[in-house]
Amino acid sequence: MVEFALPRNSKIGTGKTFKAPAGTKRVREFKIYRWNPDDGQNPRLDTFEIDMDRCGPMVLDALIKIKNEIDPSLTFRRSCREGICGSCAMNIDGGNTLACLKPIEDVKGAIKIHPLPHMPVVKDLIPDLTQAYAQLHSVQPWLQADTAPPPDGERLQSKEERAKLDGLWECILCFCCSTSCPSYWWNGDRYLGPAALLQAYRWIADSRDEKTGERLDALEDPFKLYRCHTIMNCTDTCPKNLNPAKAIGEIKQLIAERAM
Amino acid sequence: MRDVRDALYVARNTDGKLVRRPMSPHLQIWRWPIAMAVSITHRVTGVGLGIGTLLLTWWLVAAATSDAAFDFIQWFLGTPIGIFVLFCWTLSLLLHLCSGIRHLAWDAGFGFEPQAYRLTSWIVYAVGIAATVLIWIVGLVIW
Repeated sequence: MVEFALPRNSKIGTGKTFKAPAGTKRVREFKIYRWNPDDGQNPRLDTFEIDMDRCGPMVLDALIKIKNEIDPSLTFRRSCREGICGSCAMNIDGGNTLACLKPIEDVKGAIKIHPLPHMPVVKDLIPDLTQAYAQLHSVQPWLQADTAPPPDGERLQSKEERAKLDGLWECILCFCCSTSCPSYWWNGDRYLGPAALLQAYRWIADSRDEKTGERLDALEDPFKLYRCHTIMNCTDTCPKNLNPAKAIGEIKQLIAERAM
Repeated sequence: MRDVRDALYVARNTDGKLVRRPMSPHLQIWRWPIAMAVSITHRVTGVGLGIGTLLLTWWLVAAATSDAAFDFIQWFLGTPIGIFVLFCWTLSLLLHLCSGIRHLAWDAGFGFEPQAYRLTSWIVYAVGIAATVLIWIVGLVIW
């Protein structure tokens, strides 16, 4: 449902300011969304001043520095710190990306950090991704075939068939794209969102999969697929430079073609 | 309850007490890419076309009703407010048309690359606005 304003309990107040030590030369300001389920308060935006001479280059470096040295209660997901696990997906400077791949230098002025948009907040920068994972599960993102694999080896693909999966297999499921999509904001209960649809197309495009028809049947629905209005936020925001909008377009084309 | 996602906004805190989770900010913090602006323009101009069609219907019905009714709408469309409404209608029509052609290209599988859709976003605005201004210059000269 379209609701432009935030619910009353989600309005963001001003929080605390943690000043940099006196005499610090290169200071950058980080404004970070905080919400703690235990204090009964509304979310707030805390300000941390960071000494860039003693901080790594990426936004994740700053978050870890804050957690280690200033406020250990700051809560966020992170793991690989090299853009392959998808844990540190968050909204930085008005766009969704991975904190580990976002250079602090690329942001002008204060660096504003929020959780992925329009999601239930577990704590601070951690959104509840239950819905997104359930939607991913619903597209059955695994190989399905009735025929048995060759007895002497695995199912083979030509180089051309394999090339069709490029730009799809690289998705790390960080859900930056789904949570960037206004359609997903308003209708995410029924619209599957770009991440799940890109995964659906990844298996539709796979020459070894034998359930293409069933997969297209499952997606042919006014909400699951056709809430995509080609707004392009997904492709604009993808930290891996993939193109979910194009994958969704391919699904729509396949459905149109088989009806002709 | 708004929809099924509402269930995910209920959680327990450390003491086991039920709490309501906040919704993370969305439009409030989003930095708009150009393609997103064109998309919402397409919607708004779609509504504009609906209003414009009502206006056209009024004009036709008035023409079929009486001289007085027709004179009235002719007078109304000549007032500054009338001219403004007609101008917005023209703008809606041309922006929606340009954006609609782009949607056709997308449906045929073209223009999904970031360089392409960013460029075509600007083209939609440029052509839509330029064509509107041109039509009005020509229209006012003839008038």
